[in-house]
Amino acid sequence: MPPPTDAEPALRLADVRHRFRSGPRDVAALAGVSATAMRGTVTGLIGPDGAGKTTLMRLVAGLLRLQSGRVEVLGIDVGRDPLAVQARLGYMPQRFGLYEDLTVQENLDLYADLQDVPPAERRARYAQLLPLTGLGPFTKRLAGRLSGGMKQKLGLACTLLHPPEFLLLDEPTVGVDPVSRRELWRIIEHLTRESRTTVLFSTAYLDEAERCDQVILIHEGRLLGAGTPAAFTAEIAGRSFLASAGLGRRELQARLSAAPGILDAVIQGDRVRIVTASTGTAASADWSRAAPGLSLTPTPPRFEDSFVAKLRGIARANEPPLPPASPTATPVATAPPPPVTTGSTPGGTPEEPVIVVEHLTRRFGPFVAVRDVSFAVGRGEIFGLLGANGAGKSTTFRMLCGLLPASAGRLRVAGFDLRTAAATARARIGYMAQRFSLYADLSVRQNLRFFSSAYRLSGARQIARIDWAVGEFDLAAVLDATARDLALGYKQRLALACALMHEPQILFLDEPTSGVDPLARREFWRRINALAESGVTVLVTTHFMEEAEYCDRLIIMASGRVLADGTPASIKASARRDDRPDPTLEDAFIAMIDAAGTEVAA
Amino acid sequence: MSAATTRRIALIRKEFLQIARDPSALAIAFLLPAMLLLIFGYGVSLDARNVPVAIVVDHPDALTASFTGRFAQSAYFRPRAYLTIQSAERAMAANRVTAIVWLRSDFTRGAETTGAAPIGVLVNGVDANDARLVEGYVQQLWAGWLEDRARADGRAASLPITVEPRVRFNPAVSSKDYLVPGLIAMIMTLTGALLTALVIAREWERGTMEGLMVTRVRIGEILTAKLVPYFVLGIGGMSASVALAVFVFGVPLRGSLWVLTATSALFMLAALGMGLLISGVARNQFVAGQIAIIATFLPAFMLSGFVFDIDSMPRAVRLVTHLVAARYFVAILQSVFLAGDVWSVILPNAAALAVMAAIFLGLARMTARKRLD
Repeated sequence: MPPPTDAEPALRLADVRHRFRSGPRDVAALAGVSATAMRGTVTGLIGPDGAGKTTLMRLVAGLLRLQSGRVEVLGIDVGRDPLAVQARLGYMPQRFGLYEDLTVQENLDLYADLQDVPPAERRARYAQLLPLTGLGPFTKRLAGRLSGGMKQKLGLACTLLHPPEFLLLDEPTVGVDPVSRRELWRIIEHLTRESRTTVLFSTAYLDEAERCDQVILIHEGRLLGAGTPAAFTAEIAGRSFLASAGLGRRELQARLSAAPGILDAVIQGDRVRIVTASTGTAASADWSRAAPGLSLTPTPPRFEDSFVAKLRGIARANEPPLPPASPTATPVATAPPPPVTTGSTPGGTPEEPVIVVEHLTRRFGPFVAVRDVSFAVGRGEIFGLLGANGAGKSTTFRMLCGLLPASAGRLRVAGFDLRTAAATARARIGYMAQRFSLYADLSVRQNLRFFSSAYRLSGARQIARIDWAVGEFDLAAVLDATARDLALGYKQRLALACALMHEPQILFLDEPTSGVDPLARREFWRRINALAESGVTVLVTTHFMEEAEYCDRLIIMASGRVLADGTPASIKASARRDDRPDPTLEDAFIAMIDAAGTEVAA
Repeated sequence: MSAATTRRIALIRKEFLQIARDPSALAIAFLLPAMLLLIFGYGVSLDARNVPVAIVVDHPDALTASFTGRFAQSAYFRPRAYLTIQSAERAMAANRVTAIVWLRSDFTRGAETTGAAPIGVLVNGVDANDARLVEGYVQQLWAGWLEDRARADGRAASLPITVEPRVRFNPAVSSKDYLVPGLIAMIMTLTGALLTALVIAREWERGTMEGLMVTRVRIGEILTAKLVPYFVLGIGGMSASVALAVFVFGVPLRGSLWVLTATSALFMLAALGMGLLISGVARNQFVAGQIAIIATFLPAFMLSGFVFDIDSMPRAVRLVTHLVAARYFVAILQSVFLAGDVWSVILPNAAALAVMAAIFLGLARMTARKRLD
């Protein structure tokens, strides 16, 4: 093959549009995307769930019929000759495309055969890939029994058997622990450096943008921007600050996000990160009025800052200006903030903790899913369980909800022992499941009515609670829409409303914001913060490091064990080193797993 | 070995490994057939035996006693005496008896004068099949009694026609002997259409189909790799069923084994073709299962002549049965098992099977695309 010139793009998208039918609706998955990716680079295809990432990936791989526009891969028109493209690219679908009832070696052999790798070359190829992916010791294991991180690496190894010129990875890092995520990036960097492979990498995690050479940012099927990550952040240079004042961080965040001229305010450690509408701090007088004693430290902008700024720009252009925030956003504007148990020592508060877990263990046959886990959560606290898929978070959660008995240990929820009074305890719990367990074929109103009856509300009280939910969550406009047709952000609001129908004292949230766009995530956490301020205890599971920042305290779990517990700041501080003065939670997580010396769930 | 052959062999090997490791595939191929055979071989019988019959005799005498005695001797009836027709009718309404035989006062008179003793027969018609059988049995018993009486008197019976039935091919009129061969068609429909549609839908569900499609594999290779293993599995299930039928249930196999095998192979190809066609539409196992049951298994069960006689169906339904591949196979099976190699039955039906197999497989190949939409 002629040596490709690096100047020629490996991928060229010209006004790609794609529609598909979903029941009676006609959905525009892609509404005119144009972009290019140069050879030997890593391009991030970034956007929240439902943005059209997978559709675009499949169009590039020739797996969908091109409806409109043009897709060119390595100089070949994909619409005309998908087979020629498929012979030269590697593609890892979501969930990795592995045969779970075949062993690691059988999967490798199958894909080697399917990709025409000559038998003579295989030994050498395996010898390269097995150490690179760390799968060497597990070749006889069934793929279905690998941890999420190892499945991901096996999926990657299968696509790399015949070294592809162009590698497509569809959300390879979903649900994978940070250590595996880091290893995946190391492999990708190795590939682009050694064999000049072009990589297209889709993800909903905005922090991964900064590792890419260039980024294609899409939202609701539309291209929001394309370019280097630095170009994205350069647009908002000088507009990111870390704010602190003599207020609780949640209170400060609530006040600043309502202040004019501030596009974004999120909690980061002990401070609040803000993005301003323009450079300079002309409006800072207003902000100081909102938060006396405010001090701002400039900080380098992140990719997420730029995404939020872009989204706010779209929102402003499309809608009439909203009132700065609903009254619930600033619950106690004049009264002194209530004492929030930021809970360094739960025993220090006079109240008894709402949730007490002591030496909790759960076995499934010989497999120990949760091993000797202990923690306590005080009233009004937001407590996080952080860990990868398979770390034991969901099992712990199910035991706390009384859905699964514990093998050993003690559990008290709202003062009740779950072994004897699971039903009583459950009446005080609200639960919002991953992927929001709504009835997709019912309307919003019917969902609210159903869930309130399920919580045994009736008569005037039921009507009052439904009215409250409609007002509080701005659902009036969509009351008669079918839940299936709601945008992800609305689904999330409705699910939260349903979980709060019976005014629970404790709220369980299972991966609440994974994949939703950053604005919807901020909106969601604003409500959760307000609930916590009003005394509701919130328990969150997440594998999403960003989300963990919202917690007052958290535990980090891996292989069913607790690796660390404390506030986000104290956990981060424990990973501080000379060469890493300001570690992120992810850095801390990786450091802990390295220190524990165990491969996660190996 | 060409790359295409390597790919085909790799996929076939993968399929066999999956079958060996997945208990549900083996269950559909072997356990389900065994259960169906046991249920139909032992449990379901379309013969009537020990039918409870109410006998009402208005004026008992020696002649009526001789007639009712026949019921007591018969293996088909369990007679019970009732004093009045009203009490007998109540018993039938309560489903304690299936039929009423009523001998009125004219019974003995008729027997003594004309030689034709009239009887009244009331049959519970809720189960039409049973009703017809019971009616026939009673009639046969009555005619037999009259004839014996006439012979004893040294004169010809005064019946207009004497029917002397002789049943060919299944002299014991055992329903098992024609149900069990027909069952083999049901079993092969399950493996061919249902199992194939399910395993392909599973590849869609687990995302492995997406992984396959983006390799150098061609769609034809994917299809052959599904055909070969499930063909082998279906023929295996067929062999096991034939062995069970012959050795456990004692169903005779009067035709030749090679005819049975060759026509089974044709039917299996048709069933696999249907399975592949379904899998082109159904992308999850639930839908695939539903379509396969409704579009292949139920028609095979009801419209193939396996249980219900095609000739007695309304004309429109009879026309529809020509679209059901199992119809041709059931005809072949019943003839090969019970009658022998009757070429006038086997050849046209086998030709029909070959045409259907070619159409289904051709359609499956033509509609399959190496794409997700």
